[in-house]
Amino acid sequence: MKKEKAFVALTGAIIGLIAVLLVKFGNPANMGMCIACFIRDTAGALKLHSAAVVQYMRPEIIGIVLGASVMAFSKKELVARAGSNPFVRFVLGFFVMIGALMFLGCPLRMMLRIGGGDLNAIVGLVGFIAGILVGILALNKGFSLDRSHKVSQAEAYVFPAMQILFLVILTAIPTILVFSAEGPGSKRAPLAIALIAGLVVGALAQRTRFCTVAGLRDSFMFKDFTMLIGFVSLIVVCAVANMAFGFFNVGFEGQAVAHTDGLWNFLGMALVGLGSVLLGGCPLRQLILSGEGNIDSVITVIGMFVGAAFCHNFGLASSADGPSANGPAAVIVGFIVVGAIALINIYQNNKKGN
Amino acid sequence: MTVDTRGCSCPQPVLMTKKALAKENAIEVIVDNNTAKNNILRFANSQGCKVSVEETGADECVIKITK
Repeated sequence: MKKEKAFVALTGAIIGLIAVLLVKFGNPANMGMCIACFIRDTAGALKLHSAAVVQYMRPEIIGIVLGASVMAFSKKELVARAGSNPFVRFVLGFFVMIGALMFLGCPLRMMLRIGGGDLNAIVGLVGFIAGILVGILALNKGFSLDRSHKVSQAEAYVFPAMQILFLVILTAIPTILVFSAEGPGSKRAPLAIALIAGLVVGALAQRTRFCTVAGLRDSFMFKDFTMLIGFVSLIVVCAVANMAFGFFNVGFEGQAVAHTDGLWNFLGMALVGLGSVLLGGCPLRQLILSGEGNIDSVITVIGMFVGAAFCHNFGLASSADGPSANGPAAVIVGFIVVGAIALINIYQNNKKGN
Repeated sequence: MTVDTRGCSCPQPVLMTKKALAKENAIEVIVDNNTAKNNILRFANSQGCKVSVEETGADECVIKITK
């Protein structure tokens, strides 16, 4: 058990360090790795949206999926499973992205922002915890998505194969994609470094089941602090590395790719926390599972892609100036939809007598 | 009492185990993946329970938990 905790702590530390190194190599500040931002950038590169500042096919995403696949395969854990309310998961993934792009980051980037001294991310963390607590309430009241089942094994390889295809396009014919010339999308670590970073994070996270939501959720629900140790070690190592490189900057104002609207930072991350608990894992964990043959997580990730595209096609994503005109309405709709999903599911499960 | 956690996503397997242990002193939990298995073992150990694992298939095992 101690060994397990040490491995989780080490994984958190390595992810924290890799993220800061990626910033050093060219990624946007406090955005060495962000599942939401990078899925959004990749959606832009594929012309699913046309926000000129956030378009690039991030090799980190490709690497994380493939790293998880290779590790799962070597441990005989690459198993095709599907059938756990796929469309509900799609919708939850969609709104997790809406919440993340209100805050400007997934829970992983929230941790990196805290480690960079961005106090707005502390407000986000409070919202994230609030969302997780509401999610736990739903779980305790009987919320449970359907069971998944084994499906034909070939299906497990499709999503990883798609990442290999993306990698081929990215290296051989990148001109068919759209890349930002300015803004966060233009800030990128060299392809090989970003890819290797993704592979390492994907493999480690697969092995440890690293999940930014589980750390808090399991601490509250089961007094199991294993994953929380990883959560803390990631932030601490990230902060130390940021200080070492001179990136550390404490305050609310002038933070990179962030805004200071506390209410919407709180509510954005609350939606992410709630949605992630209902899904059973944070965006990073969904990406890892998508590489392990979990087709429900693949659908969740696709939901996040579509959510990101909607965010930029309909002006829902925040910017450094704050929430957009339409963003708050989208987050409120998100709470209504996610809340309805939870209530209907709880009602039906209780009727069944589960 | 047997608890079937196959196909359930996190944290359902542990939650189902916790609920079953609140009612009975000895339970068997069917698990079909290592994540759930480790989470359940960790939970059972933290509760001071006796645990034994029986591999019943390629991707399946039964965890016997006694308070």
